[in-house]
Amino acid sequence: MSQDAQTRDSAAPVVPPKPSKWRTFLDSDIVYSWKRQPVVIVATLVTLIMFAAALFAPWIAPQNPFDPRQLELIDAFTPPMTTSDFTGNFYLLGSDSQGRDVFSAILYGSRISLLVGFAAVIFALVMGTALGLLAGFRGGWRDALIMRIADVQLTFPSILMALLIFGVIRGFLPRSMHAEVAIIVLIIAIGLSDWVQYARAVRGATMVEKSKEYVQAARVIGLPARKILFQHILPNVMRPVLVIGTIGLALAIIAEATLSFLGVGMPATQPSLGTLIRVGQDYMFSGEWWILLFPGVALLILALSVNLLGDWLRDVLNPKLR
Amino acid sequence: MSSTPSSDNQRLAQHSAAPVAGHEPGTAGQEPVLSVRHLRVEFPTRHGTLVALDDVSFDIAPGEVLGVVGESGAGKSMTGNAVIRLLEPPGHIAAGEVRLSGKRIDDLPEERFVPLRGRHIGMIFQDPLTSLNPLFSVGDQLIETIRAHLPMNEREAREEALKLLREVGIPAPENRIDSYPHQFSGGMRQRVVIALALAARPEFIIADEPTTALDVSVQAQILALLKRLCADHGTAVMLVTHDMGVIAETADRVAVMYAGRLIEIGPVDEVIRHPQHPYTKGLMASIPGIAKRLDRLYQIEGAMPRLAAIPSGCAFNPRCPHAQQRCRDERPDLLPAGGSRAACWLHDPVDPLPPRQDAEGEEVSHGR
Amino acid sequence: MGADTAVKKSAAAQGEILLEAQDLARYFDVSKPWLNRVIERSEKLTLKAVDGVGFSIRRGETLSLVGESGCGKSTVARLVVGLYGLTRGKLVFDGEDISDLAGRTGRQAASVRKRFQMIFQDPYASLNPLWRVGTIIGEPLRFFRPEMSSTDRRRRVGELLEQVGLSAPDANRYPHEFSGGQRQRISIARALANEPEFMICDEPTSALDVSVQAQILNLMRDLQDEYGLTYLFISHDMAVVKHMSDRIAVMYLGRIAEIAPADQLFENPHHPYSKMLLAAVPSLEGVGKERTVIQGEVPNPVHPPTGCAFHPRCPHANERCKAEVPRLIARSDGSEVACHGVEEGRLP
Repeated sequence: MSQDAQTRDSAAPVVPPKPSKWRTFLDSDIVYSWKRQPVVIVATLVTLIMFAAALFAPWIAPQNPFDPRQLELIDAFTPPMTTSDFTGNFYLLGSDSQGRDVFSAILYGSRISLLVGFAAVIFALVMGTALGLLAGFRGGWRDALIMRIADVQLTFPSILMALLIFGVIRGFLPRSMHAEVAIIVLIIAIGLSDWVQYARAVRGATMVEKSKEYVQAARVIGLPARKILFQHILPNVMRPVLVIGTIGLALAIIAEATLSFLGVGMPATQPSLGTLIRVGQDYMFSGEWWILLFPGVALLILALSVNLLGDWLRDVLNPKLR
Repeated sequence: MSSTPSSDNQRLAQHSAAPVAGHEPGTAGQEPVLSVRHLRVEFPTRHGTLVALDDVSFDIAPGEVLGVVGESGAGKSMTGNAVIRLLEPPGHIAAGEVRLSGKRIDDLPEERFVPLRGRHIGMIFQDPLTSLNPLFSVGDQLIETIRAHLPMNEREAREEALKLLREVGIPAPENRIDSYPHQFSGGMRQRVVIALALAARPEFIIADEPTTALDVSVQAQILALLKRLCADHGTAVMLVTHDMGVIAETADRVAVMYAGRLIEIGPVDEVIRHPQHPYTKGLMASIPGIAKRLDRLYQIEGAMPRLAAIPSGCAFNPRCPHAQQRCRDERPDLLPAGGSRAACWLHDPVDPLPPRQDAEGEEVSHGR
Repeated sequence: MGADTAVKKSAAAQGEILLEAQDLARYFDVSKPWLNRVIERSEKLTLKAVDGVGFSIRRGETLSLVGESGCGKSTVARLVVGLYGLTRGKLVFDGEDISDLAGRTGRQAASVRKRFQMIFQDPYASLNPLWRVGTIIGEPLRFFRPEMSSTDRRRRVGELLEQVGLSAPDANRYPHEFSGGQRQRISIARALANEPEFMICDEPTSALDVSVQAQILNLMRDLQDEYGLTYLFISHDMAVVKHMSDRIAVMYLGRIAEIAPADQLFENPHHPYSKMLLAAVPSLEGVGKERTVIQGEVPNPVHPPTGCAFHPRCPHANERCKAEVPRLIARSDGSEVACHGVEEGRLP
């Protein structure tokens, strides 16, 4: 038998010294695509700035809008870019009826919006992924049950779903606790209204991966289902989940704002962006436009940039579109 | 459109009057239906420009079936796609020319090229389902194609469609003409696709792996049909396939491709019985046959190079048992070799390379 | 070398039986979901992918299953390795009844499962794209030999890579860095990792180019010689099957039409379907000659013809063929044929 008959492909390039992880990353298709799209670069920068601003709000904001002692009632309705005649405080984006600095309120508000957004997405993602994996991998009646529930839930607009869940959970809690647990109730309400799309995407991807031959090879070896599910299938279905998660973040932020705007979200003492907009609309026609406009613009920019990022990520991770 | 029809015609006439370089032996005396000269297709990428097709030239005469064969990545489908301008962007024709019945078509603006598809160039693809619209009946699709290209009214077109279906061997076409694609079996669907490709009586058909998705027994039926119809209508066919068996029984001439280049072209029995290029020789010897039983198959070492790493000189030189310094430095043109032409310095008429004896001995024992 | 192999082959022919399959059947429920069925009043549909297939494989030999799409050859492979459960029938592997293998889980099945492995068709789908090659090849070792140290395992992976014609450092690369042929070598290395005795190969080269196919087929033959492997080889390509097999079973619509020693089948096929398949193989020897064109196509396996499933395409079919399913009957030349015509002596 000729041993040389099995030499490796001569065309395979000589392995160059392994580049560092960082260099590999900079050379990847994702970075390449990112660099070539100005809109995405701007969206990334804006998103990062807004995340940072929200994270470091206590150090950036001139006042803590949640602390009534820091509010100067006498400075109420100061227009933007004005230094108060009474206290000497400078109001970049003006102040509201309580003398609350709108700029600080936006920083603290986006903190809450982002917190609720992230937590709701993680809640929905974990729940949806788990149910989707179960439905796709096991099939049968579990699949039928989970997907029918998903179908029923999809027939309701998700905001209506969130309102309903919000109402039910609050119904079980004593009124005194409402303000304290508002944020947790919001997260659960938005998360529960949003798990369906994760479950559907994961179920579909799981069924595709399950039938692939590498999974069959693992089954021929006799690996237990748990190992096949978590070592082989789960990592391979996470790609669509991450994309949906990014777009879902924008949707969750808007959902939170909507609920707060409708008055069932964050209370006025702990305003999120949505609460600020609700409060601001009372003054829209009385000349104090800044109370509504600036939180609205902040919400718009935040949701838009996150959404653009999500769209870009979807395109870049989808091999069919490349 | 900027230019008037008459000036366009003049331009086309001028083009067709230009001498065609390197007329091929097989088609002498007849004007070729398709003539491809020095075709080069490039894919610009961020890591540099990939040359997917490099200096490809061939002719196809009326009624002739040219088999284009090669392994994956050889550029055989790319050649077909370049001719009908279905290259995936950013791929584009960077040099060379394509002539259909003497008229240059590679530089036509898109809106003048589109009507050529279907009317002058028929297309048959591997998967019949992608060529047929699932929402319309087979009859509707045929009638629409016929009426788009030929001056016929609805009734005449329907008659024509029935005639075509009968021609491609659909039993009881009167009953099947209003059926939808999914109601046909795989083989019958491919027959419908052939009918559709022939509907406007094109002078040239590109068939890209037309039988790869079909079972062997059906494959034989479809190939026999394709061959007979094209002979009857005088249609020239470019048959793109990876399967030497399909080529052997269907094609009149064969073009063998390797790494985006044409490395051997000639009459089918010459190329199959007496392959001249070392790659073609190795390829033929590596196919298991049903007539003989060997202990080992001949194997060509290594794999086809990636487009990003095509070796200098002859692209086959790293895998070639005869390779010498000249093969690494200089790229050979298609040179007369036996009954065909091969791009190999072994066949240089002025200064032929001596073939390596040991390797030759090996080949003799494995050749058919 | 030819004489050598001939000796080895005849030894294999007398070897003990390694796998015995009796009356294997696997039905799939292909009806629409329950709700659609009730609304559209459609019936329950059963696809009899495999319906009464029996064969045995001796140690060291290669048995091939050949046939067109829908004949059930891949389903048989998956029944043998326990990817599907049996609807009916019995599987005996080296004296042990493994009919219930699909139902056994984890360690219970390990004693049997570690003795056979499978090679799949699609080199792009058969390797987990997120794992390094070394992890992929080491997977059977981690499961079957948990006591093995990671250094030993790495060494073994390196050996395996060298053995299939790759190199040890390739263990650190990812599947997408390899060509189709190289990936199939990786699949083979994974299958070899635990030194199995029996390999089930499901169309291992049909996704590969011919020159790469030759490399892989040669590799598989070399490994068989070296380790005395037994192969169950699935393919639709008659020439590949002829090259690889000692015996060949021709399948049609879930049943075996004919089993015969390879040379016997190619020289003197009995079943009309075997003859048809052989005639349909495109031949390089007869350039320009048209193949014998056979009419018809494989019918939809959900609604197979009555009696002998081949009768609508068979030029020799009579009333009995339409009514009665033929059984496999052994002949004196070593073949077994399921055909009324052959049994009655109407056909040679």
